[in-house]
Amino acid sequence: MENKDWPLWEIFIRSRQGLDHKHVGSLHATDAQMAIENARDVYTRRMEGVSIWAVESKFVHASNPDEAGEFFEPAEDKVYRHPTFYDIPEAIGHM
Amino acid sequence: MTNIAIHTDTQTALCNYVLQLADTNLILGQRICEWCGHGPVLEQDIALSNIGLDLLGQTRSLYQYAAELQGAGKTEDDLAFLRNERQFKNLLLAEQPNGDFGYTIVRQFLYESFQQLLLNELKKSSNKQLAAIAEKSLIETNYHYKWSAEWVIRLGDGTEESKSRIQKSINEIWTYSGEMFIPSAEEQLLAKLGMIPDVSTLENAWMQKVKSVFEEATLTMPEAMYMQRGGKTGVHTEHLGYILAEMQYLQRQYPGQTW
Repeated sequence: MENKDWPLWEIFIRSRQGLDHKHVGSLHATDAQMAIENARDVYTRRMEGVSIWAVESKFVHASNPDEAGEFFEPAEDKVYRHPTFYDIPEAIGHM
Repeated sequence: MTNIAIHTDTQTALCNYVLQLADTNLILGQRICEWCGHGPVLEQDIALSNIGLDLLGQTRSLYQYAAELQGAGKTEDDLAFLRNERQFKNLLLAEQPNGDFGYTIVRQFLYESFQQLLLNELKKSSNKQLAAIAEKSLIETNYHYKWSAEWVIRLGDGTEESKSRIQKSINEIWTYSGEMFIPSAEEQLLAKLGMIPDVSTLENAWMQKVKSVFEEATLTMPEAMYMQRGGKTGVHTEHLGYILAEMQYLQRQYPGQTW
């Protein structure tokens, strides 16, 4: 069982209740359970988290950097898509 | 007068018992930390060190309590670094060298499965300090148990090679497992007072626990065999001297040296 045979997993940690899981890094493990246990030891030893997600890296599909232009640039000059033109009533407070 | 004598006896027994718990954790923790930088994969290297340091943390609470019971102005460091081989009361199991990863796993599994049973009883102790230390340690121990049991199953129910190697480790180390259930004089006295559980009564539950994990791992329980003993009374295998020499060198050479 060589290290090179162990698949790579992406690890997501929720740091506190109510917050989102955030990508923290990746690690090697033979299966999902080991990935979660390894993540516990590698990424939560300094009280970083209360919940762990592990996703095998091969299941993460990414956008193509070569297409970054047509993908993301069109959004740059469309400020009206930001909901900044509304007056928020005082009572709502910080949104 | 009699009352004071009994009290002193209990106090001494309690102190020796706490040292016994502390020494086992210290030596095993030191052993596991020897894996640092040598783990089979980075993730397990970190897992091993985490467990080693958990044990060291538990050791500190115990030594601090033992020093308090002794009342001789000693510190936790004195107890760890300035006692000799014959004064250490750790289980023989704890001092056995790491061997391969499978051997380390089996050693840990046999110990943590016992420790889980023991701490579950100790947390109900009439002695508040012991109960508090047990309760805090148990959370860590539960994880150590889970981690080591997982690996016993993975290696046992793994490849032909991993299975034959871990089975060999089990057969080799088994002779050091019985000592956990043979009470020392201190343990007998304190159990009689209801302060700690009678360790011999934990053996059946332990055996069942180990057996069910071995079954899942498709491993074979060793036949009943002669059980090595002596650790609790300071009679050790040849391995303890070396580990103490390495651990204590600095304090012996430069007394009182601090970080």
